[in-house]
Amino acid sequence: MRWIVKRALMAFITIYVAVTFTFIVVKSMPGDPIEALTQAFIRQYYMRYEEARALAEAVAPFIPKGSIFEQYIDYITKFFRGDLGVSISVSTGKPVVEILADAIPWTVLVVATALIISFSLGILLGMLMAYRRGGKFDSIMITFLSILRSIPEYIIAIILLSILGFQLGLFPVRGRYSYEALTMLEEGNVLGFIADVLWHATLPILAWVITHIGGWALGMRGSTIGVLGEDFIAYAKARGLPERRIVTRYVGRNAILPLFTSFMLSIGFMFGGSIIIEYIFSYQGVGLLLYQAIQKRDWFLMLGDFNIIVIAVVLGAFFADLLYGFLDPRIRRGGVE
Amino acid sequence: MEVRKSFIRQELEYLVENWIIIPGKILIRNKKALIGFIIILFYIIMATIGPYVVPYPKSYAFPKYIKPTIFQWPPSLEHPLGTDYFGADIWAKIVWGSRTVLQIAFIAGLITTVIGVTVGMVAGFLGGLADMILMGITDVMMTIPGLPLLIVLATLIRATDPWVIGLILSVTAWTGLARSIRSQVLSLKQREFVEAAKALGLPTWHIVFREIMPNLMSFIAVNFIFATIGAIYGSVGLYFLGVLPFTAFNWGIMLNMAYTQAGAHHSLETIHYLLAPIGAIIGLQVGLLLFSYAIDEIFNPRLRTEV
Repeated sequence: MRWIVKRALMAFITIYVAVTFTFIVVKSMPGDPIEALTQAFIRQYYMRYEEARALAEAVAPFIPKGSIFEQYIDYITKFFRGDLGVSISVSTGKPVVEILADAIPWTVLVVATALIISFSLGILLGMLMAYRRGGKFDSIMITFLSILRSIPEYIIAIILLSILGFQLGLFPVRGRYSYEALTMLEEGNVLGFIADVLWHATLPILAWVITHIGGWALGMRGSTIGVLGEDFIAYAKARGLPERRIVTRYVGRNAILPLFTSFMLSIGFMFGGSIIIEYIFSYQGVGLLLYQAIQKRDWFLMLGDFNIIVIAVVLGAFFADLLYGFLDPRIRRGGVE
Repeated sequence: MEVRKSFIRQELEYLVENWIIIPGKILIRNKKALIGFIIILFYIIMATIGPYVVPYPKSYAFPKYIKPTIFQWPPSLEHPLGTDYFGADIWAKIVWGSRTVLQIAFIAGLITTVIGVTVGMVAGFLGGLADMILMGITDVMMTIPGLPLLIVLATLIRATDPWVIGLILSVTAWTGLARSIRSQVLSLKQREFVEAAKALGLPTWHIVFREIMPNLMSFIAVNFIFATIGAIYGSVGLYFLGVLPFTAFNWGIMLNMAYTQAGAHHSLETIHYLLAPIGAIIGLQVGLLLFSYAIDEIFNPRLRTEV
């Protein structure tokens, strides 16, 4: 129990630091964000200046009144109440929370699917390589996978988009779903809609899988070779247990455990990297939203989006951590670092 | 004087033996690393001498094709990689861009490594409260996703100076290195030779730099290469998104222009505009990776005995 509390506290501190960071960003920003919002309101709703200014101050998560300490407290409390202000220029006047709620499931869909696929395939490949270590297959795969791993995923994404999307026309080149899929949904054809969504998500997922499978395979290869040398494997063999059982229960289970640390880091890496991937595929998730917010200098959307990405990553890492503790009792007892 | 001279000569011979002859032998034996080394050498020559040899990539340098409606300027003898839609030579842009890419990558790699090693060493060596605080900070920084933080910082700072860009790129990159350096220092601290040095009353700087550091050198060097690879990933990504101001030539800017302005990924006729920076980036990353295979042997005295 103490272990879970410690991890939860760590997660909370990380989110707190991120929110504080965004406060500092707001304070040190070139130009006044409230003024920018006021101008946006005037353009959008043809308000008088005083009216627009009052509205902007009311909906901004950051009110330029009082001492800096009061402003900070105000900002933090508003944030934890879920008040992230309104969008300045991406869609003027719309609450940031609403915009983010529309975007986040799509990013989670792509990142989670890519993570699960690359992890499972990588583990299978890594075990296969470990069982054939020293062989030709193994040595070719090591070089191939490490080269693949060193290529940035946005490069792979551009290549995929160009070849599979534009040249061969096998996959859609932009968006989360097609226009026809929406009418399908209205007609009650849910399966058709889901198929269309997956079809649109294929290229972004593929870009992640191609660049990440190498890391998992190489990591799994190393830890499998380590486990294969352990005494309990020799003992299991001596007992005459079926090979299949040894591979899955004895080798596989123990070899996966050390990979969990990088699993948690991967969540953060992929969520963060989704900015470029979603930009390339025009996939409207939190990443593309962050890009749009920056392009249009939509400060509150940008910072709210940044915080949402941090929260998603922290929660993802936290649950992966819990799962790890569940799988490996040694962690819970604090015996292994 | 006689003694002094021979001492210098001895040191010199030792240096040549250690840093040229043995690494050379290791490279010749390790074919992958040799290929990596040649690739890196090529890029370094390109970045240092290249801009003096290859003319500045002026726009509209290809008079035959200065019709604004024509979009494809394919590779030719005069322009080996073709020209972009402004008529500027792509090969020249790659060469001129390599300077900034390598500069930023090297600086960011250096800063990342220095911060990571310092934090890890201090935390591991001092232990106690300092360790707790430093590792707490490291854990928090490790969880905050790097690229979004980079983008927010880059938007805020609008950096053009390679040192500032390098500093931004290493904001979260040092954390992994700090953690592993710390755990290695913790285990090295328990070893006999450190205990012996302590018992002899040798000063702390001696223990840190003469006893512990040499054992970490190969690890640090490999991580420097990985930090450089990460910095190329980050800086090219930032330029590709157009978050950093476009001031000099950079492959990320070329990618951005090819993608946003020319739409080079749409058709095969303009694809050379996109393939050039992609090839340059992949080549450099693969070269660094292959070279890293030999680093362990070059820096680790124990592995050298076989040579």
